[in-house]
Amino acid sequence: MDMALSERSGLGNADNHAPDITRLNTGGLNTGAPLAIEAIGLVKRFEGTTAVDGVDLAVPQGAIYGILGPNGAGKTTTLRMLLGIIDPDAGVRRVLGHDRPHDIARMIGYLPEERGLYPSMKAYEAIGFLGALRGLPLAEGKRRGRELLEKHDLGHAADRQIRQLSKGMAQTVQLLGTLVHQPRLVVLDEPFSGLDAINQGKLERMIRDLAADGTTVIFSTHVIAHAERLCEGVAIIAGGKVPYAGSVDEARDRIPAQVRLETQAHEGRWRDALPADARREGDFWMFSLPESGIEPLLRALIEGEAGILSLSIERAGLHDAFVHIAGEAAARALEEDKLAETVR
Amino acid sequence: MNARENGNSGPIENARLSLWQAAYIIARRDFQAVLFSKAFLFFLLGPIFFLGISGGAGMLGAKAAERSQDPTMAVALDASESAAFVAAHGQLEQLTRMPEIFVPATSGLSADAGTDAGTGAGSGAKMDPQALLEDADRNVAAVLTGSLAAPRLIGPDERIESWKGPVALIAATARGDTGSYPAVSLEPTASSVASKRSSNAAIATGSLTLLFLLTMLLAGMVLSNLVEEKGNKIIEVLAAAIPMDAVFLGKLFAMLAISFVGIAVWGGLGGAVLALGAGAIGPLPEPAVGWPVFCALFLVYFAMAYLLIGSIFLAIGSLAPTVRDVQTLSMPATILQLAVFFLATFAVNDIGSPIETLAVIFPLSSPYAMLGRAAQQAALWPHVLAIGYQVLATGILVKMGAALFRSRVMKSGPQGVKSGRKWWSRKPAA
Repeated sequence: MDMALSERSGLGNADNHAPDITRLNTGGLNTGAPLAIEAIGLVKRFEGTTAVDGVDLAVPQGAIYGILGPNGAGKTTTLRMLLGIIDPDAGVRRVLGHDRPHDIARMIGYLPEERGLYPSMKAYEAIGFLGALRGLPLAEGKRRGRELLEKHDLGHAADRQIRQLSKGMAQTVQLLGTLVHQPRLVVLDEPFSGLDAINQGKLERMIRDLAADGTTVIFSTHVIAHAERLCEGVAIIAGGKVPYAGSVDEARDRIPAQVRLETQAHEGRWRDALPADARREGDFWMFSLPESGIEPLLRALIEGEAGILSLSIERAGLHDAFVHIAGEAAARALEEDKLAETVR
Repeated sequence: MNARENGNSGPIENARLSLWQAAYIIARRDFQAVLFSKAFLFFLLGPIFFLGISGGAGMLGAKAAERSQDPTMAVALDASESAAFVAAHGQLEQLTRMPEIFVPATSGLSADAGTDAGTGAGSGAKMDPQALLEDADRNVAAVLTGSLAAPRLIGPDERIESWKGPVALIAATARGDTGSYPAVSLEPTASSVASKRSSNAAIATGSLTLLFLLTMLLAGMVLSNLVEEKGNKIIEVLAAAIPMDAVFLGKLFAMLAISFVGIAVWGGLGGAVLALGAGAIGPLPEPAVGWPVFCALFLVYFAMAYLLIGSIFLAIGSLAPTVRDVQTLSMPATILQLAVFFLATFAVNDIGSPIETLAVIFPLSSPYAMLGRAAQQAALWPHVLAIGYQVLATGILVKMGAALFRSRVMKSGPQGVKSGRKWWSRKPAA
């Protein structure tokens, strides 16, 4: 990171003007790998409203990284700032080691949330044109366009105009146009939206293939299942802030595992050994795994003659973690608003 | 998909397209899209209407030029007959409208024009009628020679035909024999100062009307092209890949190239019509700088006028999310363009006046005013200066337009339509 970045971020080291990258939470991801994206304190305001409020991100090269958040959380604005489509009001960003994303446009592929192609262009021409925008010679882009369409079972549509294609086909064409110039970083904004289950599966395979080839893939989504299946790291955005950024495993570990217990006896001394959050759900007791682990509880249940019929420990899913984290953030934001109001 | 397995070459090197390379990609796409669209056919048909309107405007300009300085008849009879003719003209003008006359100094009468010129005896020296017709200080439309008994009228065909009757009447009155009108012999010439002025004014007004209509059409096309692009949501793809300045410049120059194709087609067709029908049409009036230079200047001034107004319209387009908003926002620019056109039209009839100088200096009207000047004045050096000045002004305006475009284009979009909020109150959604 250069001096300007250090000074602007306010994170510079007095000796070498290097930023304090340790502030960036890679959350157990491969921190040894160089970062594809570094963002520190990104802020974007629109006419008085803060859409993005101090976002920090660190995405290692070669990772599949998800940006999760509800609609209106600030995902698209964050991606637009990372790509240089809009400039942040505060904070700094570096993409593949460069301060200005446009300087490395040839190394980036971007699929915006609002898909856009020229309706009168033929499919292979559209791919060629998108490649040309990223520096690929037009003729080469068109040639690759035909190849990619063939490879993705759309060869029959190569000479059809975009307006003649189904929405899913047009979306695939645009995705291929995003990849035709062989970018090192691929940014996909809500790539699964509008695709049927089969095409969603194909897209997941594509993303895995890209990552296997060393390409960094970042995508935003509000469908957690895709991120859970694909991503090594995620950032959760809510209300323009990032309450969590790190590995998927670490996010899931934010919620204690849930214990599901079925006993023969309904009453007895053993009840005293159950944690305070234990609740009855049908024939089962549900509670968080105690910090002391399962063994002391098991001992108490046996000694208390509970008559264990079944016991399972279920790790929290990313969805539960998301609700837990995004909910906490919302509560914290509310408290902050209340406090600010009180101060005024 | 493994992207790097496609194609023969490896990953693209770390770099980006230059501003002009990126602009070329946008321009090439827009150029091809418009060229092979149905809209281009309408664009090619447009000038049929334009030429009609421009022709009408040209005729109005010619009339205005005639009204601004009445065409005059030079009376080149011998001194005594000239005096009698002037006196008879004076008498008859009390009764009805007669052509303006003047008696050249060498005839012995006062050099002042008009019927009040006096009746002094002249030397009777012979004068060259063609020299009188080309006298730039006088708006001479025809020359009367011969005698009162056998008057001879020299000048452009249409003019001498219309003045034949009044000349016969005045000559008969001058001879004191109103019962017999002398036969007026006619000697047509190619042109006169008056007809040249009139035709030059027609060329000036007609050409700047054509210029105005073309730039209006193109500015409208470039604007709707941009709005359509925002509607198609392509603008974000472009903004992510290349600088917005390149999008702005690409769109601007694509439409300029389209217009040059149109002009080449129209010019070719017009040239063919003129070549095939030259005999039937007769000689064309020539602008002051000559047709080849005038055509070259037309192209240059057209490019300048279009780039100036096009950059304003594109900047407006960047602010507006929908066609409806564009119409509202472009209204002031359209009014400005109309004002500029009227200023230039007014100025071409008064070359050298302060208003014409203003029209030449004001960047938006400068191309129009200078084109009007090219039709009426032969000097070329003012055009060299004006083109230099206009290139500078165009550069500044294009840069300002591009800056506004860059800062605004991604802040307005279809989200505003969905939310039902206007662009000026919208908060872009994430």
